[in-house]
Amino acid sequence: MRERAPDIVIDVAGLTKSFGARMVVKNLTLQVRRGQIYGFLGPNGSGKTTTIRMLCGLLTPDSGTGTCLGYDIRTQSQLIKRRVGYMTQRFSLYQDLSIRENLEFVARVFGIADPRKAASEAIARLGLSGREDQLAGELSGGWKQRLALGACILPQPDLLLLDEPTAGVDPKARRDFWNEIHALAGEGLTVLVSTHYMDEAERCHEIAYIAYGELLAHGPVEAVVRSAGLQTWRVEGEDLHVLAQALMKLPGVEMVAPFGASLHVGGRDHAALEAAIAPWRADPRYVWRADEPSLEDVFIDLMGRAKDNFP
Amino acid sequence: MSLIPARARSSFSRFFAMLMKEFIQLRRDRVTLATMISVPLMQLFLFGYAINTTPRDLPTAVLLQENTDVGRSILAALRNTAFFDIRQVATSEAEVDSLLRAGSVLFVIEIPAGFERALRRGETPAMLVAADATDPVAAASALGALEGVVQSALSRDRVTTVAAPVQPAFEIRQHRRFNPAGASQLNIVPGLLGTILTMTMLIFTALSVTREVERGTMESLLAMPIRPLEIMLGKIAPYVAVGFLQAALIVTAGVFAFGVPVVGNLALLAALSTLFIAANLSIGYTFSTLAQNQLQAVQMAMMFFLPNILLSGFMFPFAGMPVWAQWIGECLPLTHFIRIARGVMLKGADMMDLQRDAMWLAGLMLIAMTIAVRRFRQTLD
Repeated sequence: MRERAPDIVIDVAGLTKSFGARMVVKNLTLQVRRGQIYGFLGPNGSGKTTTIRMLCGLLTPDSGTGTCLGYDIRTQSQLIKRRVGYMTQRFSLYQDLSIRENLEFVARVFGIADPRKAASEAIARLGLSGREDQLAGELSGGWKQRLALGACILPQPDLLLLDEPTAGVDPKARRDFWNEIHALAGEGLTVLVSTHYMDEAERCHEIAYIAYGELLAHGPVEAVVRSAGLQTWRVEGEDLHVLAQALMKLPGVEMVAPFGASLHVGGRDHAALEAAIAPWRADPRYVWRADEPSLEDVFIDLMGRAKDNFP
Repeated sequence: MSLIPARARSSFSRFFAMLMKEFIQLRRDRVTLATMISVPLMQLFLFGYAINTTPRDLPTAVLLQENTDVGRSILAALRNTAFFDIRQVATSEAEVDSLLRAGSVLFVIEIPAGFERALRRGETPAMLVAADATDPVAAASALGALEGVVQSALSRDRVTTVAAPVQPAFEIRQHRRFNPAGASQLNIVPGLLGTILTMTMLIFTALSVTREVERGTMESLLAMPIRPLEIMLGKIAPYVAVGFLQAALIVTAGVFAFGVPVVGNLALLAALSTLFIAANLSIGYTFSTLAQNQLQAVQMAMMFFLPNILLSGFMFPFAGMPVWAQWIGECLPLTHFIRIARGVMLKGADMMDLQRDAMWLAGLMLIAMTIAVRRFRQTLD
């Protein structure tokens, strides 16, 4: 029996954390509903890991309050730890222990009645039957990541915190991993997952974009894209790099990004953007098409603006 | 044109690149830098002043079986020398025996009943000196000094004359207790038992926390519902068994290869060895919670190990050290364990005799554990 299953699993407000003089997380407010897959996006060093660590009690916020699974993140971290599975960015199971020994260790720490049975079940679920005596350190990147996820969900947590779980993993393993995440969310598990991959962000129910410690946008993917108010054009043609160089200097053009044989050009001031590209649209060497901005366009735009505001 | 061939020049450049990198890294590592400069100096001064192989102020008991002028003046003379520190004037054999067994005194000087009368009659009476010969070095030089001290005390009393000490008026009958042959291995083996255990136990646990931090496993361990005390006890316990096995091996080898007896109760030795092992593991674990990385932890263990060897009475007589050094020695587990090991193995000491040392060990262990649990960083802040 679970004591409390609040609908809002993560509810924090005004979280701030500094290391020395560097403020890593600034006044962050976040709400995650139960059963959701919540994507946490942002460039390197944006404070994603720090936020996740504050949520599971590994770091104490300098200011701000909040609850995780209904427990106070400042005073009840021991209770939070019992019901949260945290998958660290770096593989953090024991490399010199076998798959089975690692899983049994986790089961014992969480006080599971029959650790051997729990480990066997986890091994079967992971598809690692027959390899259970292999040392964790000898596994490939993809298998290490699966094992780490298996260890996280073994104690049947209510919340999963996954810190860039698919970094350095091949596309097939990534897809399998996400299918597993969706299956778990279907069972009522809440998942907060940080990532750099746009395709992964698009598989989340909701996303939050954080840069330089500040939450810049959040909501369902389409809402985030829409609220950015970005207008984009796709250009095809020759010598696009020359065009890109020229466009970047023009007022109204906030984003220029090459995508294979085409170029994405965007800006929020629609009139200024159209005025800027007008001379090139008449040029027969280029084919212009109005386009829906992608999530990546929005993020690159957000990131560029956040950097501009950075003191 | 340079005279040095291009190949040699580029080889030198690569060597120089490596050298510069090492210097920069060394400069950034403040702890290592501090260790390199302060440790040799500190230890030179510490041990230079502390270690003295000519023992002074040896703890002594006097068993005075007659209350005479001669007895009193010998006592006064002994008090005046630097060699002996009269801790107690005893009246019964049983009393001095237990003092020796417990290691509270290293010497018992016995002036038998009728000593003065026999002296005045010119009968060359015997003074009995029992020395704790478990440390033969400490015993020998003090025994040598004793005769002169008593001789001059007696001549001052005009019992004998200084002018004519052709033949000594009395005889000193030495009794080397616990190690009649003065065999040094009897002294060394119990000491080595403690020294080897200290070294191995410290290193076992000194790396345990830093290793988890360096391998990245600490982060997920901290995110799990496990408490610092549980982590500490779980990390120490297996090594208690390892240490116990090690101790059993050393004692067995000591008995069969070196002929060191175990006069006392083997179970008592086993129990107190376990306490000593646990105390060292706790101290090693404490270093592990204080150090930033494995190298620092090893450096700390080494810095702790050296005074253990030098100030515990293992290499040099404990009684010969100045009082401040003896106090440092008292704070080291090895000091107490060496008393315990020599006491049980050579003197047949029982728990009553050793309770003080056992309590010291337990106290040091609890202090280390308290620091470790408090210092253990439960967060990554």
